[in-house]
Amino acid sequence: MNAWRQPGFWVSFLLIFLAGVAVLVLRQDTLRETAFTVLMFIALASSLNILMGYTGYVNFGHIVFFGLGGYFGFYLVSEMGWPVYLAALGGGVLSAVIAYIIGCAVLRLRGAYFALATIGVNEAARAFVSNFEPFGGSTGLYVNFAAYDRYGGAAHALWFTFILLWLVTLAVVVTSYLVKRSRFGLGLSAIREDEDTAMVMGVKAPQDKTKAFLISAFFPGLIGTLYFFKNGNVEPDDAFRFQMSLEILVMVMLGGKGLLLGPIAGAFAYERLRGYLIISPMFKDLHLALSGLILLLIVLFVPGGVVGWLRERLPHYRRWLE
Amino acid sequence: MILQVQEVHKRFGGLQALTDVNFEIAPGEIMGLIGPNGAGKTTLFNVINGVYPPTKGQVVFREEKITGLPPYEVARRGLARAHQVVRPLNDLTVRENVMVGACFGRERLSLGKAAQKADEALAKVGLADRAGQLAGSLNVAQKKRLELARALAANPYLLLLDEVLAGLTPSEIVGMMDTLRNIRDEGFTILMIEHVMQAIMSISDRIIVLDYGQLIAAGKPGEVAANPLVIEAYLGDPDMTARLMAE
Ligand SMILES: Nc1ncnc2c1ncn2[C@@H]1O[C@H](COP(=O)(O)OP(=O)(O)OP(=O)(O)O)[C@@H](O)[C@H]1O
Ligand SMILES: [Mg+2]
Repeated sequence: MNAWRQPGFWVSFLLIFLAGVAVLVLRQDTLRETAFTVLMFIALASSLNILMGYTGYVNFGHIVFFGLGGYFGFYLVSEMGWPVYLAALGGGVLSAVIAYIIGCAVLRLRGAYFALATIGVNEAARAFVSNFEPFGGSTGLYVNFAAYDRYGGAAHALWFTFILLWLVTLAVVVTSYLVKRSRFGLGLSAIREDEDTAMVMGVKAPQDKTKAFLISAFFPGLIGTLYFFKNGNVEPDDAFRFQMSLEILVMVMLGGKGLLLGPIAGAFAYERLRGYLIISPMFKDLHLALSGLILLLIVLFVPGGVVGWLRERLPHYRRWLE
Repeated sequence: MILQVQEVHKRFGGLQALTDVNFEIAPGEIMGLIGPNGAGKTTLFNVINGVYPPTKGQVVFREEKITGLPPYEVARRGLARAHQVVRPLNDLTVRENVMVGACFGRERLSLGKAAQKADEALAKVGLADRAGQLAGSLNVAQKKRLELARALAANPYLLLLDEVLAGLTPSEIVGMMDTLRNIRDEGFTILMIEHVMQAIMSISDRIIVLDYGQLIAAGKPGEVAANPLVIEAYLGDPDMTARLMAE
């Protein structure tokens, strides 16, 4: 296949690749922190897009996988002394396993019922972890500083974690692209458009959407581990912020669901906007209300998101706006 | 035999939609399925391709019991279907719609081969020039053709066609009939539901007739058209009867 010759893929890939290179060359701590947050949301939104954009299942509980996987990975790195990249993988695998279990229960629901069930899952996960003693109950866990020493102290560990996150983000983009360009991805789009018809045409919808859910959940587990490792602690209110789930969803919608570049553009734009809103005193407490408003406007007027809208306006550049 | 339907019953709550339906289709055969509105024809298709399990009875496809299998398992074994009420995958292009048939049907082609197969199927149904367009933007007649192309692209052992002529204008019917004859000549085995009597009588090798969920007649088109039971079944529908008598 000439999948690797698609300019649309390279636009997304190189944007993230070059951004990471720039941060590494400039070597400023504040820039790294900003870039960490932006890349993290790009990766979270892109992974959500695999389920939501490709398969058409709106998930309000994406952050559950960030929280549970992150907790588990944090536990592995801090309490068990695993190297952070292995711990992150462990977090990812746990999230995928949990997605499989949750998927078996809730993926048979369609449309609004599925979406509602995912809200319940978020609250259930938070309640569970708040009462789970090995994870520190409601106070959470603090990092064992020996875990940083392995990387030559906290300062180096933070840079190392940033590099890992950057690689994970690139991996999410590559995975999203491969899924989109595969037979599996075509089956997912068929499920999104009309699940019953897809099945009549031979698409194994129950298995395929479970797979999509699993892939979509794997990455947040990795990302969560890196995020909490960087922060030095993890607690239930930080790990299962429903608001964050909502924001990731807004990012996907803002950029354009189902597109590779959509969640990347959406996460970037939203993060920049939030940065501005948080420092502006007038909107400080209103940014969530504003994200609701953005969502409403998008759904009503530009359901394809910014990138989707551009694709329609600029048919000649469509290949670049995959 | 390609398909054997044995003592199939289907009940929806208090409604007996199918009662003791039995018939067989041989390879290469074109079988017409007719009957008044609500007779249970579409329900019979749904039972055959696994959308609903039958309440009782068996469906045997190429010597294998497929009763109770989910529709995707049935599709993979080589049975494809065009729906009475068109069901395009709106936000996919026409070509992608047909590729789904080719990728997940009997042959399970790779994407590249499926694209080729899709273009062939689209050419057969006369939609080649629409390949790049979104399926949602087609008109009804074109959507009917799309249904047919998707089913063809799966290269099935058996095609189930549910009223592919319904809702078409007379000139569109003529065009679609040509397409159907070409498909028949390629050697596909077909079970088709149709209300347009002249069409189904002229294209079918055999006809079966459903009325209130029961098979009331089976045979060559001429025999069936002359069968008093069939004429009576259609009597509640004077328009139909007139068309049937006009044969
Ligand atoms: N899912 C269902 N649940 C309940 N009743 C159903 C269902 N599907 C079909 N029926 C009923 O079964 C009967 C047969 O319907 P069916 O659609 O099979 O008829 P048909 O012969 O295809 O009619 P038409 O020529 O109008 O397409 C009808 O009375 C219909 O209302
Ligand atoms: Mg019908």
